[in-house]
Amino acid sequence: MYWNSFSEFMAMGNHGVYVWGSVGVMAILMLLEPVLLIQSRKNLIARLKRQFRAERSDANTDRKTSPQR
Amino acid sequence: MGNKLINIYRFASPQAFYPLAGKMIPWFWTLAAIFGIAGLYIGFLVAPTDAQQGEGYRIIFLHVPASWLSMFIYLVMAFWAGLGLGFNFRLSGMMASALAPTGALFAFLSLWTGALWGKPMWGTWWVWDARLTSELILLFLYVGFIALQSSIDDPRRADKAGAILALVGVVNIPIIYFSVKWWNTLHQGSSVSLTKSPSMAVTMLWGMLLCALGCWMYSIAVALMRVRSIMLERERHTDWVRAELAEPGEHAGQE
Amino acid sequence: MLNLIRAIISRDLRLALRRRADLVSALFFFIIVVSLFPLGVGPEPELLRKLAPGVLWVAALLATLLSLPRLFADDHRDGTLEQLALAPQPLGLIVLGKVLAHWLVSGLPLTLLAPVLGIQFDLSGEALWVLAFSLLIGTPALSGIGAIGAALTLGVRGGGVLLSLLVLPLYIPVLIFGAGAVDAAVIGLGAQAHLSLLGAMMLGGVFFAPWPTAAALRIALE
Repeated sequence: MYWNSFSEFMAMGNHGVYVWGSVGVMAILMLLEPVLLIQSRKNLIARLKRQFRAERSDANTDRKTSPQR
Repeated sequence: MGNKLINIYRFASPQAFYPLAGKMIPWFWTLAAIFGIAGLYIGFLVAPTDAQQGEGYRIIFLHVPASWLSMFIYLVMAFWAGLGLGFNFRLSGMMASALAPTGALFAFLSLWTGALWGKPMWGTWWVWDARLTSELILLFLYVGFIALQSSIDDPRRADKAGAILALVGVVNIPIIYFSVKWWNTLHQGSSVSLTKSPSMAVTMLWGMLLCALGCWMYSIAVALMRVRSIMLERERHTDWVRAELAEPGEHAGQE
Repeated sequence: MLNLIRAIISRDLRLALRRRADLVSALFFFIIVVSLFPLGVGPEPELLRKLAPGVLWVAALLATLLSLPRLFADDHRDGTLEQLALAPQPLGLIVLGKVLAHWLVSGLPLTLLAPVLGIQFDLSGEALWVLAFSLLIGTPALSGIGAIGAALTLGVRGGGVLLSLLVLPLYIPVLIFGAGAVDAAVIGLGAQAHLSLLGAMMLGGVFFAPWPTAAALRIALE
């Protein structure tokens, strides 16, 4: 281990702002990307399911009213 | 021969790839976490300080992987795009569009960490250095690719148009890089010479490589996640997407 | 082959002359943009001489960009483009003809106008010559590269803005060497190296760019 204390680690030899600014933004964005992807995937699946259900019920009502179609 | 071709098509079909990608994603996440943690551990806790640059140099453990990945992803994207254009694989175009946002993200991160590295090292956030400038232009190329694809409604046309743009970009990147480099040497007065620490210690190199590997695995995982969504969206009229989504829905209906 | 190219050029020129207003407005755009800079940064001749190469070249890029959306749009709308794509001759050659015609109505007038505007920036006689010459060999590359973007955005919503987003990054090498040549002349260094690289880009832009453009047009026509 290179560091003597935690505060020294956080200070990064007076460059703490820059180092932790880089780490922070990179970590946030690299966590945000998969979270957003999961979110949008959930939305997409919900939308498609709704659509399929609507089509199915359409087909059912069609069959009841006009058996030919 | 014909049989082989059919096999390739089978593998390249979204229907076959969708479950495969789903199985691979957790593995790539695991690898990304292992490499990333190991790289950051070496980079931030083990590696000694740099004699010239102090502790601020530790940003390179983020900056260099981000820059590498941003360039590498562009090449991979262009490769998939070209494959799609040449052989009409549906999957290739989807892979290309799945990679673009991640590549743009890394290009942005490369610029961001570069700026935060530049401030303590050279005293300014931004230097019109050849590498930084090329990275900025690479970000523009990504943005152009994404904008072009998102403004074309027909996915097949979007894939092909994006492919041409990506290939033109690949041909242009070296030209852009060398012209910017030349331009930079002509205007030496305004720029700072940015020689990276000349003798890189072995520990530092390991830290950097591990971080880059972590970013690489991350990109694959994220691209696979995105490509799965793209597949569902684009193939929503096919039976396999219906089958994929129906089971839990049917189940709920029975309860 | 040459006949085909000549026929395309004369056809496009005739069409362009019928729409003289468009040409004139692109030229006036160039003049106005260039004239805004002294108003923005101040009239010191020293400063203006230093800015001139970059300002004139960037304004030339933007003025070229203005006329690009029209490069294929009219032919696309009236169906001519589909006819051309079905022709037995390679579509790339037809595109080459259209690129040359575009240069004649946009790049060449800019080249002729630029030295006059250069005088406003207090450029020396030699720098004015280099400016005109760099534009003469640089603007064909702009037309060629721009054609790729014009074909890709053909019939796409938000085409104009998208076109600039796609094409401007690809213009950067031309800008660097074009403005660099004038810069070198202003400082009193030789502009030879810049101009030869610019010439190489012109050849690339005029003779290679039509092929991806043709591919993009076929995609747009599908």
